[in-house]
Amino acid sequence: MRDVAVIGVGMNKWGELWEKSLRDIYVEAALLAIEDAGVDRIDAMYIGCMSSGLFVGQEHLASLLPDYLGRNPVPAVRVESACSSGGLALRQGFIDVASGMSDIVLVGGVEKMTDVNGNEATYVLGTAADQEYEGYHGLTFPGLYAMMAHAHMAKYGTTREQLAMVAVKNHDNGSKNPLAQYPFKITVEGVLCSVLVADPLRILDCSPITDGAAAVILCPADLAKRMKKPAVRIAGTGQATDTIALSSRKDLTWIESTHLAAQKALAMAGRKIEDIDLFEVHDCFTIAEICITEALGLVEKGRGGKAVEEGLTSIRGKFPVNPSGGLKAKGHPVGATGVAQAVEVVKQLRGEAGGRQVGGAKLGLTQNMGGTGGSSVVHIFEAE
Amino acid sequence: MAGIVGYGAYIPRNRIKVEEIAKVWGADAPSYKKGLMLEEKSVPSPDQDTITMAVEASKRALKRAGIDPKEIGAVYVGSESHPYAVKPSGTVLAEALNATPEVHTADFEFACKAGTEGMFVALSLVQAGAVKFGLAVGADTSQGAPGDALEYSAAAGAAAFLFGKDPIVAEALDTYSYTTDMPDFWRREYQYYPQHGGRFTGDPAYFKHITGAAKGIMAKAKMKPSDFNYVIFHQPNGKFPFRVGEMLGFEKKQIEPGCLVSKLGNTYSGSSPLGLTATLDISKPGDMILIVSYGSGAGSDAFIFKVTKRIDEVRDLAPRTRYLLDKNKNYLEYGVYAKYRRKIRKAD
Amino acid sequence: MPTPSRYWREIPQRYRLEAGKCTNCGYVCFPPRLVCPQCGGREFAATKLADSGKVITYTIIRVAPHQYVDQAPYAVGIAELDDGVKLTAQIVDCNFEDLKIGMRVKIEFRKIYEEGEAGVIYYGYKFVQE
Repeated sequence: MRDVAVIGVGMNKWGELWEKSLRDIYVEAALLAIEDAGVDRIDAMYIGCMSSGLFVGQEHLASLLPDYLGRNPVPAVRVESACSSGGLALRQGFIDVASGMSDIVLVGGVEKMTDVNGNEATYVLGTAADQEYEGYHGLTFPGLYAMMAHAHMAKYGTTREQLAMVAVKNHDNGSKNPLAQYPFKITVEGVLCSVLVADPLRILDCSPITDGAAAVILCPADLAKRMKKPAVRIAGTGQATDTIALSSRKDLTWIESTHLAAQKALAMAGRKIEDIDLFEVHDCFTIAEICITEALGLVEKGRGGKAVEEGLTSIRGKFPVNPSGGLKAKGHPVGATGVAQAVEVVKQLRGEAGGRQVGGAKLGLTQNMGGTGGSSVVHIFEAE
Repeated sequence: MAGIVGYGAYIPRNRIKVEEIAKVWGADAPSYKKGLMLEEKSVPSPDQDTITMAVEASKRALKRAGIDPKEIGAVYVGSESHPYAVKPSGTVLAEALNATPEVHTADFEFACKAGTEGMFVALSLVQAGAVKFGLAVGADTSQGAPGDALEYSAAAGAAAFLFGKDPIVAEALDTYSYTTDMPDFWRREYQYYPQHGGRFTGDPAYFKHITGAAKGIMAKAKMKPSDFNYVIFHQPNGKFPFRVGEMLGFEKKQIEPGCLVSKLGNTYSGSSPLGLTATLDISKPGDMILIVSYGSGAGSDAFIFKVTKRIDEVRDLAPRTRYLLDKNKNYLEYGVYAKYRRKIRKAD
Repeated sequence: MPTPSRYWREIPQRYRLEAGKCTNCGYVCFPPRLVCPQCGGREFAATKLADSGKVITYTIIRVAPHQYVDQAPYAVGIAELDDGVKLTAQIVDCNFEDLKIGMRVKIEFRKIYEEGEAGVIYYGYKFVQE
């Protein structure tokens, strides 16, 4: 297996992009990444997208997007794993380069969510759950995570305020991210009096509905050296799956798939979790970030709420989590998220993160998750 | 000999008081309460209908009968609020009880006596030896037009009876039906609410048919009112059962245990059947029970049952009817009631 | 919402809670499956879930998927049934203030959804207070 480097990143400003279609949004981000990498050849494309079919009635992205990027007949693969589609596309792209099959691979993620109304979007996102035994009973994604939250609060005494602090921290970080959907600060009081979505989660506990795309260019590490690019190496990748239905899990408050995926990625990179300087994780809901910090092993089981309260996960904390603003402030165009996490980590490791820079960052970890933890993908990046 | 081997009741938890309805329409609540002898009625939740209530009542009947549902040969649901116009309530019920596929089902409709119609047929099939066990359910979630007199009484409930030859809880001694054609109360297809003939629904309708059936069965069985421990009449309001009882020579104490309407409302096809389940709940071995239903259009079915020793073993295998009527009630305001009953709807 | 055939296929589970018990390790699969997730076994005995249990977590859905908008707000929970199996369903006929982790519930047959005035009516199981 060859060493793989990231030599280009690209991301457009995320938000409700009324004037742009799915293909426009993807192509913009892809072009930015290609330009940043300074390559002219692409050998293969990996596209992360959860549900273009339900959101805009469009499948066959593996033909559409190479076409609109002006790159036919390049081979392309659409990758889907609900909200971890982007991270999984990155892993597949990595495997393509590491195996020697392709040299220059474009990994992109995209989602166009605003062409349907809010309740329709809630339904589409709900297709990541068990349709016959969770969706059939009227469950939504906020509802599933709300049930995890109630269980976590009952088992460990996590408080409503601690959940709100996750959103406040991420908005603090996001306020320094010019590409974020919501680049402004919020307060704990603001979260606590925002409208209820699924008790106990309120609208400000939830990542938004967003249009957006992100892309990276991968190539073998020694090609990156020859091109004299500031390269960031993908040192480890790990993926794991778990039951689709929340009720089938042994512990409703623990995300086993993230735990396993992280262990695999760390083993491959030859690192321990304490070695990592920053983390971009899947805070689809505030409770998710709390559970993820526990599953990654940053804190003991049950202490995720205390950790954010003590500032452990802020940019200057011991374990900076979501310096980009996370899904909460940056936005969550589902298929793009996993790739955007990589974009942030690469920028951080290059020292290009401006006001959100984590000082001296050498190692970064991305964690992207599908559903309530039915699938998780973790990557570890190392500055060369 | 054939009879009831199991019985079960289901009453939704929601209630609305007469005063709450009267307040909205500017009607005089005390006079409605006095005139109809009605205090409150049951209201189904939006996720309940004739089928859901029939399933729960039937499960309770099965608990009391203690038989294998695969041995049920006939499943009948009588209602005037079947959820589908075409697609039987009976098939959903039969499937839910695991009585399929070797079973006959049919839906019955005859205003408020559709339940006893099913009972008549199920019992007869058992007596003829055509089926081992036959299930009949009377269930309704009927509607009264807003502001109409019927709005105070149209309620929801279900009663299920499993008939067989063994093990009998109440032996069926005789049956009798009295039927004529009359337009006292009706609903045309595609209409949401029924219409009725006002006072025409009294003497020539309810009273004539109930007395016709009661006298007919007593003549056939050579019995008189004092031979019965209990009698249950169809209960459209709290006054009629006692008036017809008096006309026939029954005493109040024979009628009271099976008269639920003042706290329940008129459950239409569930009306006299629920009165029968409540009576069985408190009956003793050897008791003689007469039940006479009434359905507009019009007709009455009468049955005579004799309670056996087995009642003591089964009555508490499922919740008693009065328990369902009195416990855990959830009172609704008119607005919520109207939303539940789809009298007010959002724009589509 | 499921198409009529997709709904009908799950009727033994939706109406009667039929499950499969692995003959090798005893794990109860609801809905029944071809492969036991615990031991990989492929043989199962027919069984039925218990009809009561206790709530281990719940929520109140206020922003619903479009097919359920008219029902919102409604409570949904996961209950651990008396046979140890965990089941997800709505919790109905219960004031929101009375919802508690640990409350006892039993299963009742209810309507899940209807497709407008002309479509199919979908039935299934929900939890009510015991």
